[in-house]
Amino acid sequence: MAAVRETTERVADLAGEKYKYGFVTDIEMERAEKGLNENVIRFISAKKGEPEWMLEWRLEAFQRWKEMKEPTWARVHYPKIDYQNAYYYAAPKSQSAAPKSLDEVDPKLLETYQKLGIPLSEQKLLAGVAVDAVFDSVSVATTFKAKLTEAGVIFCPISEAIRDYPELVRKYLGSVVPVTDNFFATLNSAVFSDGTFVYVPKGVRCPMELSTYFRINASETGQFERTLIIADEGSYVSYLEGCTAPKRDENQLHAAVVELVALERAEIKYSTVQNWYPGDEEGKGGIYNFVTKRGDCRGKGAKISWTQVETGSAITWKYPSCILRGDDTVGEFYSIAITNNFQQADTGTKMIHLGRNTRSRIVSKGISAGKAQNTYRGLVSVHPRAENARNHTQCDSLLIGSHCGAHTVPYIESRNPTAKLEHEATTSKISDDQLFYCLARGIPQEEAVALIVNGFCREVLQQLPMEFAVEAQKLVGISLEGSVG
Amino acid sequence: MSVPMLEIDDLHVAVDGREILKGITLSLPAGEVHAVMGPNGSGKSTLSYTLAGREGYEITRGRILYQGEDLTQLAPEERATKGIFLALQYPVEIPGVTTLTFLKTALNAQRRARDETEFDAMHVLKLVREKAKALKVGEEMLKRPLNAGFSGGEKKRMEILQMALFEPKLAILDETDSGLDIDALKLVAEGVNALRALERSMLVITHYQRLLTHIVPDRVHVLSKGRIVKSGGPDLAMELEARGYEKMEAV
Repeated sequence: MAAVRETTERVADLAGEKYKYGFVTDIEMERAEKGLNENVIRFISAKKGEPEWMLEWRLEAFQRWKEMKEPTWARVHYPKIDYQNAYYYAAPKSQSAAPKSLDEVDPKLLETYQKLGIPLSEQKLLAGVAVDAVFDSVSVATTFKAKLTEAGVIFCPISEAIRDYPELVRKYLGSVVPVTDNFFATLNSAVFSDGTFVYVPKGVRCPMELSTYFRINASETGQFERTLIIADEGSYVSYLEGCTAPKRDENQLHAAVVELVALERAEIKYSTVQNWYPGDEEGKGGIYNFVTKRGDCRGKGAKISWTQVETGSAITWKYPSCILRGDDTVGEFYSIAITNNFQQADTGTKMIHLGRNTRSRIVSKGISAGKAQNTYRGLVSVHPRAENARNHTQCDSLLIGSHCGAHTVPYIESRNPTAKLEHEATTSKISDDQLFYCLARGIPQEEAVALIVNGFCREVLQQLPMEFAVEAQKLVGISLEGSVG
Repeated sequence: MSVPMLEIDDLHVAVDGREILKGITLSLPAGEVHAVMGPNGSGKSTLSYTLAGREGYEITRGRILYQGEDLTQLAPEERATKGIFLALQYPVEIPGVTTLTFLKTALNAQRRARDETEFDAMHVLKLVREKAKALKVGEEMLKRPLNAGFSGGEKKRMEILQMALFEPKLAILDETDSGLDIDALKLVAEGVNALRALERSMLVITHYQRLLTHIVPDRVHVLSKGRIVKSGGPDLAMELEARGYEKMEAV
């Protein structure tokens, strides 16, 4: 409730300041040569000081990728991407030796994150949230490491994990999203530069929210982060990622892979607030966001819950999924996807029921404004062994104006007669009556739209960790500025 | 004589190019309650929407003065901020937005526009509870999304609760009696009567006389085919009830 007030206040404050994260940090960068070839991959691997096995893994992925074709089945349209006309590695020069503590981090970077509202000094941080800050291709700071280590939780850049915890990384990396899973995942496997690694040991409830803040800064550079989270038996972790990028006329590629492994009775809650630069009102510029996210409920009684608030990017192609492998496992997907102007989003989830008594729940809220296209694409699959599988899917679309589109593409495959699958879908518009009602009560138009849309998304917003729910509500309002009237 | 709260002068209004109001003239002094009665299609809702400033209601001739100020160019939210309140015939549902959140957002939007300090959640809750009690609006209703699944009576009580909360100078009640049984009608009428004040005027728009036995107006105007065909004291409502609109229209 208080959040809605703040939302509307913020919307009022920010009128005319549509994408406030669009600035560029002027910092000297070191890059790989332009384009993609074996040398570039060797360069990245060497920069990270990786062991031989990791380099081989990358090179193998690259070989496979060269034979793969970019998928075209999604409802997104964009000019052909020239993969040779981009940089695959860019890092601030000052970070060439990994900083050992926050004191060693380049002040320019600290200032950048300060401007983004992510102060990296632990005293100023949100209480109870540890942050890993990834800037282009490198992690520049990770906070609260000592406190987490005390609890036995490993929270570090993945490049560091490859060096320090090779047995864990080798065991789990690529075990949920195989190297050859899809075109973008394979590309990521070849060139991924940084990202976050989390391991929560048996029976440990992670004492704080973990969060990674991804920032693209360098031009003509793709960001390919890799995140791996392992929750060992009976453990719990809540993780949140945020993303922003400067305003640029060019399109930049972001192809991430996220793998989650939940062992017996473990629970992972993964939340995303995605606010990459969406392009301007004419559809110029913006991030191409092709992301593969998948969680594996590997042990009995495990639970994985995805919550996403997707407001940015020119193109979003993203299907955070759950493999319900263990018996009695639970998968959840809560999504808000907002598209305005010329943005295109094709997003949804896959719930793969393999174990007995597995349950999944999908709540998708798509909001489309301007000339945007918003597609929900989902699969609920029940395998023959999955006795008593349950799924409930709810897909709601909200249209603002009459030049946008909402599409729902649900696939349901049931190979077990005991399955109970429910699907509900609605499409609605913000009605003139609703708008007039708000206006007649003194609520100005943009605030009214933010209020109505926040109401429409309430079920999903409630899933976010409290610290981020307010931010997400503001974002909902800001993303839709100028969408009415 | 002081400036009237509302002065409507030769008002012509078209909707989708069709003229609905064809020259309405009416003066509502401060502190008075006037009723506008008319059959279906006489232009009652058009009049209330026009006063509230709804888009699509085009003033083709005449003007509306509110406390001497021309309203014509003001947006609906500006009118609300200046103290004009419209209780709708069909209050709108806003799914997912709790009633209390809506009330707080609206109240603070008005206060902000008037350069007054905004109220925090606790203060709004206290205010709303005070006003809600008399209208038998329970806590549970305040937590539900605005008007979603409310009965007809609950919706109308919520409109009057908003009127009590916003303390307007000019309230327009558009068929507030429609869809109410006699108990609900009495409750709503009591709520309205409690808000009658020297510095507050009301325009009660209705089809039926029965509301006016509970909210007794100072004057009654009969609206027919977009014009006011007769004005008189409260007795006029009784006369209408007895004779019907048809005879009145023939006058």
